[in-house]
Amino acid sequence: MTGRVLMSAQGLQIRFGGVVAADNVNIDIHEGNNLAIIGPNGAGKTTFLNICTGYLKPHAGRVVFDGKDVTRKSPRQITRLGVARAFQIPQLFTEHTALENLLIAAAARDRSWKPFTALGAIPEREEMMHLLDMVKCTSVADRPVSELPEGQRKLVDIALALALKPKLLFMDEPTSGVASSEKFEVLDIVAKALAEAQVTAVFVEHDIGIVERFADEVAVWNRGEILFRGEPGEILSHPDVIRDVIGEEV
Amino acid sequence: MALRKIIPVLLVALVAALPLLAPFTQVMLTLALAKGLAVLGIIVLLHAGQVSFGHALFFAVAAYTAAFVGKSFAGGELVAMMVAGTLVAAVTGLFVGLFVVRYRHIFFGMLNLAFSMIFFSFLEKFYHITGGSDGLQVLRPSVLGIEMERTGFEMLLFYGSLVICLAAGWATWAFLRSPIGNMMQTIKTNEIRLEYLGVSARATLLAGYVVSAALCGLGGVLMAVAQGIVTPEYAWWIRSGEFVFIAILGGANSVAGAFVGSLVYEIVRTYAAAFAADVWQMVLGVFLLAIILFASDGLVGMYNALMDRLGGKGGMRTDDAREAAE
Ligand SMILES: Nc1ncnc2c1ncn2[C@@H]1O[C@H](COP(=O)(O)OP(=O)(O)OP(=O)(O)O)[C@@H](O)[C@H]1O
Ligand SMILES: [Mg+2]
Repeated sequence: MTGRVLMSAQGLQIRFGGVVAADNVNIDIHEGNNLAIIGPNGAGKTTFLNICTGYLKPHAGRVVFDGKDVTRKSPRQITRLGVARAFQIPQLFTEHTALENLLIAAAARDRSWKPFTALGAIPEREEMMHLLDMVKCTSVADRPVSELPEGQRKLVDIALALALKPKLLFMDEPTSGVASSEKFEVLDIVAKALAEAQVTAVFVEHDIGIVERFADEVAVWNRGEILFRGEPGEILSHPDVIRDVIGEEV
Repeated sequence: MALRKIIPVLLVALVAALPLLAPFTQVMLTLALAKGLAVLGIIVLLHAGQVSFGHALFFAVAAYTAAFVGKSFAGGELVAMMVAGTLVAAVTGLFVGLFVVRYRHIFFGMLNLAFSMIFFSFLEKFYHITGGSDGLQVLRPSVLGIEMERTGFEMLLFYGSLVICLAAGWATWAFLRSPIGNMMQTIKTNEIRLEYLGVSARATLLAGYVVSAALCGLGGVLMAVAQGIVTPEYAWWIRSGEFVFIAILGGANSVAGAFVGSLVYEIVRTYAAAFAADVWQMVLGVFLLAIILFASDGLVGMYNALMDRLGGKGGMRTDDAREAAE
């Protein structure tokens, strides 16, 4: 927890009807410190990501990124400040191929509209091919993403976020749907890429093995609240966490 | 597959030769090309998953602009009419677009319709400016300063339109496969992701909207000059519907579909109306029904399917059949 504070959530509150999905959530995200969020279904993990990326506006509290209050900003504005997101359910351009999805992301990042250049011929192509290679999707580069299995769509979704070269990356259950034999390998590669590019990651994860391996810090969510927070070794062996959260996962 | 590319080229050549072989087809073909440009505008928006039922607005705005240019500068100048008409349509598209790109699907379609109806009433009511329901005459303009005889002018208008359609077809094809064109198409599949890439979905749709308005405008000018008169009917909602109809008929997925659809439509309309005045709409209706049910990529889609069957797979995608943009 040495890096400066990159994003800070302060007193977040949100409820949907009777459901309290965020109940006074306070957390600082430190640069270079990968944070894992764990907790049972419906705990409010995705909601937290939705608030931090501007998709939902909290009823109280605020989100500060890089010293700027971004609580009322749109996902687009927050993205442009350097925050990217991979989704629990992959959000892709289903009529485009995997490579085209990435090329669109690269063009978006570089604000390169080029109305008379073919998308497939933009200079970022090589870089995006490399990114596809990294997430082991080269063989499906030219297939429409709607035809890909869930696991690969998940990986393309992560690659889309990485393509933006963000400062902060949110990943919502990055390994769900990815074949268990590949989970570690793929996340190893992603983690390496993140370290190289100095991207800080916040990821929601149900797989405790993944959390142990990749998180520098763990936060345990339940009913819209953060119950525990600390180093993985300490948190994951806490009897209450084992009983209430990890117990449920297995 | 060579055949696949040769046929479109032959079709363009056939259209180009037709007025020489059968002079009486020339005016009809010019009108079909003019409408084809407007249909191309519709097809741009269809790529974003949006249907406009009011694009006759831009067709009419540009046509009236051409008429005013004609009235203001002794007889008018064709190139000035085209530039002014297209520009005014694009600027109108920008302002109307700022409003309509906030909506999607049926609301998008109906808002466009609403704007076109307002303009239609304006044309009817402000008689002293617009000539009311009688419209305005568009005298034969000079071309780059040269006065022309009627036959020569009509011939030039036809071949000029053909060249413009080929150029506009190519430019639209290039736009649709460019980064910005592809971003516009993601509005159909995932706007949320587009926003999460830091791109404004509305601004992207607006870009496509202005392009589509400009194309409609260019078509409107050519129509006005070819017909020699502009009337409020240019802005009528039936005409907007006709553009959408032709787009589906020709193939909404492709640039070539605009012109294939428009030529087929115009030919059927002209000759069926002459020989079977009562049933031509029924013929077109049944045809459209068949297209929607069995060949949703329209005539161009049917052509591609046929070529696939003849020559095996590995051919071009629909949008690559742009050469057919006669
Ligand atoms: N937009 C919304 N409208 C209504 N209710 C919502 C909305 N978003 C979330 N909720 C509710 O808020 C609660 C928290 O949901 P959230 O998706 O944040 O949980 P989660 O921790 O991500 O769960 P999971 O592990 O299943 O993904 C749930 O009860 C959910 O039904
Ligand atoms: Mg969730």
